[in-house]
Amino acid sequence: MKTFRIGGVHPQENKLSAGKKIEVMELPKQAVFPLSQHIGAPAVPCVARGAVVKVGTKIADAGGFVSAPIHSSVSGKVAKIDTIVDASGYRKPAIIIDVEGDEWEPTIDRSEALVRDTTLEPKEIVARVQEAGIVGMGGACFPAHVKLSPRTPVDVVIINAVECEPYLTADHSLMMEKPDEILVGVSLIMKAVGVKKAYIAIENNKPDAIALMQEKAKGFAGIEVCPLRVKYPQGGEKQLIDAVVGRQVPNPPALPADVGAIVQNVGTAFAIYEAVMKNKPLFERVVTVTGKSVAEPKNLLTRMGTPMSLLIERAGGMPEDTGKVIGGGPMMGKALLNTDVPVCKGSSGILLMTEKESLRGEAQPCIRCSKCVTACPMGLEPYLLQKLAEHTDWERAEAEQIMTCIECGSCQFTCPAHRPLLDWIRMGKGTVGGIIRARAAKS
Amino acid sequence: MSNKLKVSLSPHVHSGDSIRRNMDWVIIALLPAMLWSFYVFGLGAVIVTLTSVASCMLFEWAINKYILKNPKTTLGDGSAIVTGLLLAFNLPSNLPLYIIIMGALFAIGVGKMSFGGLGNNIFNPALLGRVFLLISFPVKMTTWPEPHQFTAYADATTGATPLADLQSAGIGDLFFGNIGGSLGEVSALLLLVGFAILLLRKIISWHIPVSILCSAFVFSVLFYAIRGGMSMGDICMLSLKHLLAGGMMLGAIFMATDYVTSPMTHKGMLIYGACIGFLVICIRLFGSYPEGMSFAILIMNGFTPLINNACKPKRFAKEVKK
Repeated sequence: MKTFRIGGVHPQENKLSAGKKIEVMELPKQAVFPLSQHIGAPAVPCVARGAVVKVGTKIADAGGFVSAPIHSSVSGKVAKIDTIVDASGYRKPAIIIDVEGDEWEPTIDRSEALVRDTTLEPKEIVARVQEAGIVGMGGACFPAHVKLSPRTPVDVVIINAVECEPYLTADHSLMMEKPDEILVGVSLIMKAVGVKKAYIAIENNKPDAIALMQEKAKGFAGIEVCPLRVKYPQGGEKQLIDAVVGRQVPNPPALPADVGAIVQNVGTAFAIYEAVMKNKPLFERVVTVTGKSVAEPKNLLTRMGTPMSLLIERAGGMPEDTGKVIGGGPMMGKALLNTDVPVCKGSSGILLMTEKESLRGEAQPCIRCSKCVTACPMGLEPYLLQKLAEHTDWERAEAEQIMTCIECGSCQFTCPAHRPLLDWIRMGKGTVGGIIRARAAKS
Repeated sequence: MSNKLKVSLSPHVHSGDSIRRNMDWVIIALLPAMLWSFYVFGLGAVIVTLTSVASCMLFEWAINKYILKNPKTTLGDGSAIVTGLLLAFNLPSNLPLYIIIMGALFAIGVGKMSFGGLGNNIFNPALLGRVFLLISFPVKMTTWPEPHQFTAYADATTGATPLADLQSAGIGDLFFGNIGGSLGEVSALLLLVGFAILLLRKIISWHIPVSILCSAFVFSVLFYAIRGGMSMGDICMLSLKHLLAGGMMLGAIFMATDYVTSPMTHKGMLIYGACIGFLVICIRLFGSYPEGMSFAILIMNGFTPLINNACKPKRFAKEVKK
C-alpha cells in the first residue's frame, strides 16, 4: 500500500469520535469573525456598526488577490468592529454580530437535492469559488481560487481526505454523510483546472470511508480512491503528492503545480460544491470536539464565529482535569489561551488534554540516537538544526536547509531525550527567514 | 473557568520513548549472553560483572556529585549500567577486583564524564576502559580461564582461546559458545539473539552490524587469498570463524552501535561499519595483537564526526522525479 518515501511517525490514532454522526451545533448569541481567517491580506469590512445582515451576507471584502471575503454565518445586527484575542494569542480585528433569528440570503439554495451538472466555464467556477470566500479547510486556509489558478499546467488533482492528525474525524464524518456532494465538488475542481484525473487519498484506518467513496466514485469519470498506509504527516501537501503520484515538490519557490499536481482538502471540495451548485458561501464547517476526558466526543456542524466554549459545552462540558485546549490536532495544533476563541474557516477540531497529558518530559542531553533523522519527512537532521539554532550559527543552519522544515513535529514527538527540537527549529527558521528577506531586499 | 490553561508550542504529544527505555532494552538484549557467561565461567563471571556495574554506577554518581557539583544524579538514565555490563563483557572472568575498578574509573571518568557526560563523548567508554586495562595490565588481560570451572574466580586454570589457533577451532563451539574468552564474547548465538531483540524493539538498525560482518568477511577472504596456500573453501570457512571468534560479534552488535559514538545516517553507518570490518581483519592478520575489534571501533569512533559531515540524509526532492 502506498505511502510517502522519507521519514514519518506513528502517533496513537485516538479517533474517539469516529463513526459519530454529524450533529448540528446551535446558534450562538454573538458571532465573532476575525478579519484574518486565511493566508494573505486580511479582509476589509464592508459593513458598519448597526448594519443588518442575513446568513450568507458578505461582511468583509478580500484584501487583495491572495485573500478571501468573509460572509456572515448568522442573521442579526453588527454590534461592533473591534479587536479580539484569536487562536494565535494575539489581538486581531474582528466583526462582532449580535444574533437575531436565522434568516438566510434568498439566493442560497437550501434544498437537499444533489445538483450534479453545471454549464459554468472553468473561469466562472473559479470566480464563484473566490466570491464564496473558500479557503483550504485542512487548516492552512490558503485561498482556494489562487490554488485553482496555477501558473503552470497541471495534470492531476489530489483530494486530501487523509486526516493524519490523531483525534480529528471531521473529514471522515463528512465523507460518510456527503459522499456524492464531495464527488461533485471534486469534478468541479477538475473542470476548473482542466484535468482528467483526480485521486481521493484516504488513510486505511478509515475502511468504511474508502469503501463508500470507491462505490460512489464509480459514477464519476476520472476519480479514483487511493488508499494509503497510515503514517504521519501524510496529509502534508508534499508528502501526499509523493505518496499518491510519486512526485516530490522541490523547495520554495516551487509549488505543487510545478510538478503538475493540485491538492485540496476534502472539506474544501465539499465547500466548493455548496458554493458553485447551491450558491452558498463558506460560513459553516464540521468541527471535531474530542479528548480522553471529554464526556461525549462529537463531530459538530458549526457556524463560523461560534465561541469554542459552546462546542465544549455541547460535548459534555470542560472536564475537571483539563490542562490544555488545542485548536486543531495534537501534532500541529495551537494551544489556546482561552475557550472564547471563535470557530474560524480552518478550525478542524478542539482537543482537550488532561493535566497529565499536557506536561512535557524533562529535556535531557542529545544521545545522538538519530531517531529524529529517521523521522523527518523532509530528510533533515533535526538534532543538528536545533543545536545550530541554539548556538546562533545562522549561516550553517541555512546551509543545512532549516527553511525546508514543514514544522510537522515528528522529530520532537520521537526524541527519547524529550528535547524541544521543533521549538528551536521554529525560532531558527524565523531568524534565517529574516536574513534571507533582508538579503533579497538589498539586491 | 477556574482552570488555567497551559499554552505551549506543538507537538503536544510524545511517542513515550525515553533514554531509559532504550537502555533497558539494551540490558535485556545483553541478558542471554550474560547468563551464558555465568554458566560457562561461573563465580568469576558473577564477581566481575557485579563489580564492573557497581563501580561504573558509583563513579558516575560520585563524579557528578562531588566534581561536577550537579544537584541531580544522572544514574536514572541507565547508561552507567550499560557501560558497566559492556566493560565486564570485555574482561576475563579471573580479573582481580582492583583492576576492574580501575577500568570502570577510566571508562566513566575519562571516557564519559570528562567529555561532558552522556551524549558528549567521542569514544565508546567501555572500550576505552578495556583498552586502558589491556595496555596497563597486558598479562592479566590476556589470560583467560578455561570454560566450565563453576566455582573458580582468581584461581581458575587458564588456557588459550580459539583466536590463538582459529583453523583448528570447531565452528559449532564458536557459534554456541563452549569456548574461552572474555565474558560476553563467547556465544555468537546468544549475541545474535540480542541483535534480534534490539532490531525488533527498534533500538538499533541493521546497518552497522551487517556492514561490519560483511566487510570483515570480505577482507578476510581477500587477504587469505592473496597470501595463498589455502583452498577457497578453507578460506571461506576460516573467514566465517573470524566472524564468530573473539570480540567480533559483541563489538559489531553492542559496541559499534553505541548511539553517541556512531554516525547519524544510514549511509554513514555503512561506511563506518565497512571500515571497522577492514580494520579488525588488518589488526588480527597483520598486527601484533590477536584481537583488533576494540581498536578498530575506537579508531572509527574518532572518524564519526567527519563521517557525519560528509554523509547527509537523503533530502526530500533531491532528485525531482515525475
